[in-house]
Amino acid sequence: MSRQSSKKRAGASAKRNGRAAANGAAPDSGRLLSWYRDMLLIRRFEERAGQMYGMGLIGGFCHLYIGQEAVVVGIQACLGERDSVVTGYRDHGHMLAAGMDARGVMAELTGREGGYSRGKGGSMHMFSREKNFFGGHGIVAAQVPLGVGLGFSHRYKGEDGVSVVYFGDGAANQGQVYESLNLAALWELPVLFVIENNKYGMGTAVSRAAAGSGLHARGGGFGIPGRLVDGMDVRAVHAAASEAVAEARAGRPAILEMETYRYRGHSMSDPAKYRTREEVNRMRRDRDPIERLRHVLESEGHAGADALKAIDAEVREIVSDAAQFAEQSPEPDPSELYTDVLLEA
Amino acid sequence: MPVAVTMPALSPTMTEGTLARWLVSEGDRVSPGDVLAEIETDKATMEVEAVDEGIVASLAVPEGTEGIEVNATILWLKAEGESAEAAPVAEAPRPVAKAPPPAKPSREASKPAPEVDYRGETVEMTVREALRDAMAEEMRRDEAVFVMGEEVAEYEGAYKVTQGLLAEFGPRRVRDTPITEHGFAGLGVGAAFGGLRPVVEFMTFNFAMQAIDQIVNSAAKTLYMSGGQMGCPIVFRGPNGAAARVAAQHSQCYASWYAHIPGLTVVSPFSAADAKGLLKAAIRNPNPVIFLENEILYGQRGAVPTDPERTVPIGRAGVLRPGRDVTIVAFSRMCAVALEAAEMLAGEGIDAEVIDLRTLRPLDRETIAASIRKTNRIVSVEEGWPVAGIGSEIAAIAMEDAFDWLDAPAMRVTGEDVPMPYAANLEALALPDAARVAAAARAVCYA
Ligand SMILES: Cc1ncc(C[n+]2csc(CCOP(=O)(O)OP(=O)(O)O)c2C)c(N)n1
Ligand SMILES: [Mg+2]
Repeated sequence: MSRQSSKKRAGASAKRNGRAAANGAAPDSGRLLSWYRDMLLIRRFEERAGQMYGMGLIGGFCHLYIGQEAVVVGIQACLGERDSVVTGYRDHGHMLAAGMDARGVMAELTGREGGYSRGKGGSMHMFSREKNFFGGHGIVAAQVPLGVGLGFSHRYKGEDGVSVVYFGDGAANQGQVYESLNLAALWELPVLFVIENNKYGMGTAVSRAAAGSGLHARGGGFGIPGRLVDGMDVRAVHAAASEAVAEARAGRPAILEMETYRYRGHSMSDPAKYRTREEVNRMRRDRDPIERLRHVLESEGHAGADALKAIDAEVREIVSDAAQFAEQSPEPDPSELYTDVLLEA
Repeated sequence: MPVAVTMPALSPTMTEGTLARWLVSEGDRVSPGDVLAEIETDKATMEVEAVDEGIVASLAVPEGTEGIEVNATILWLKAEGESAEAAPVAEAPRPVAKAPPPAKPSREASKPAPEVDYRGETVEMTVREALRDAMAEEMRRDEAVFVMGEEVAEYEGAYKVTQGLLAEFGPRRVRDTPITEHGFAGLGVGAAFGGLRPVVEFMTFNFAMQAIDQIVNSAAKTLYMSGGQMGCPIVFRGPNGAAARVAAQHSQCYASWYAHIPGLTVVSPFSAADAKGLLKAAIRNPNPVIFLENEILYGQRGAVPTDPERTVPIGRAGVLRPGRDVTIVAFSRMCAVALEAAEMLAGEGIDAEVIDLRTLRPLDRETIAASIRKTNRIVSVEEGWPVAGIGSEIAAIAMEDAFDWLDAPAMRVTGEDVPMPYAANLEALALPDAARVAAAARAVCYA
């Protein structure tokens, strides 16, 4: 299958070698540059996905991750190949950060044979056994007990893998989240809960949906510690996640609440009347995670303009290639309608 | 060369829109993410953002233009120093590749394995013990199998089905859960994605409604949505249907609910031997299986094969009583009612064939149709409600697969179309009994 042959070329560069992410040690220039590349890849990929949606090449729901890139890149940098990841429907960034092939992801968005689910899942439902990426789930918060089950399977098999489950501020109000926190703490499962608080669940601001003193504190009753992290700063995310992943790996589940922001609408059709343009512009101007890291790279002398330009060119090339592949890959064969309903007993 | 910015589709159904307002003008420098214009559709006002950086060369449509088709050029962007005149004429938008209309592929489902006659050793035991033995044997055979649910370990099961499992397999493999159906059903599905083979007990299926989202949306559909990557080998089991005098919230048959769902397999045994053989097959099955037991049957005894390799194939109905005049199909406890009705009918000279469906998805259409070809008449029996029930599906199969052999319309005997009452007399009235089944059989025999 084409996505396999191209995986080296187009995957994200995040080294999934947890041990290398030593606690406390400041990340070196190489790591910072690879994070910059991975965030930029997600940003450019999502921009292109938005554009292709506008051209009618992508249908249905399409939730872009623009603005939140530092969260997944910082956390993924703390994970190893033995760890598993599960998330909701705003999942393109998570897949790229997990090292999945940009072609396969984009071709799934266009509903083509070359997509990760051979066109049968779409934007919200993609998976990669090879990369231990378990979806891509369209029901708000359904991924949370699934992630606890993945943690359970690591523990049951005697492996030291961690399960990372991402969910939104809106999802944090679902009952099954609390059933999951209870089970994870009760059974001492290796699970890290990452709440991506991007300030809104569709058009509802967190303050209109969530009571209490912060989502990170919601594990308190179960003895699960939580931390509030600047999710627009990849270094802060990485530092917090290094600790939390180590805790979770030892059977002490943890919560990280990431303060982040989505620049685009909830999905593609979003009237955007629940926030002002000034608010969005202010976040983009003052808090942008990519600009922020670029500034660090330049001002601290990690990379010159040429290195950054080269990354820019590489990322653009990957995204163009993925877009071209996704447009050219054929639609699935009609016989695919009836495959993959059941496995052969 | 200048780059065209085109009218975007902002929703799956949008074909055209109005350019309400320009937020840039000629000569402005824009970078990716900058808002260029506001667009109005019949549903909402939305913003168009720049994807590329550049300088606005020209606005191709004036503010207020209505009915602009999706993909029509609305603005030209040029690079630094480039001349604006170079803006080319709008290219026709490239159509999305369309496959030819689908040739209808074959829906021939893979045939279930035939049932092999068993000539080995058997022992008398209850359905309850048969189910326990099935789990214990499969747990011995495969380390990935574990049992989870409320009161399954230390209490040994609310209905004592998991007796002795904790003692043999320990708390790692026999897990008491908190009362948290939605959570532990989802946890089980995640564990199955992670390579384990969970057997999830619901204290009764009434409580699985809390978990039905995880069963339907996560367990049943993910294989399909993942293009075949994410198998989910899990069994959800527990008592289903009416117990005795527990009223509406605790007496309900879920057979047709789950049988409706592609991606699920639904099994509901009657005999002790089938309870064991089918549960073993369910645990070995690579797909999610809903295994519907019945509290009233737990104490029923029967001869059960002892060979741990003996399983009963999923997807095969069984003929409980051969007959020539009328077919009666039933499942679970209603098989006993159907057999009792057959005895009554035999006394009147009507020879009824009684079929135990055993698997409700996929239904064994072949066995049902073959029986109709012999008897030319069919009656279905179930505890569940009539509307969109299993009997409705049986009637459809009779029409689709055996219409030319029918001498009478198919008839359904079902639970009454009311929530289950508590009072003893009303409860009895709400459930099918042998007299009603016999009456239906007489009716289709015009006797
Ligand atoms: C159970 C359920 N209810 C409602 C929806 C519709 N829905 C999809 S996303 C969403 C908002 C979720 O917001 P949040 O959890 O904050 O995640 P974000 O979209 O901000 O990433 C809603 C209500 C759904 N998919 N599932
Ligand atoms: Mg949100």
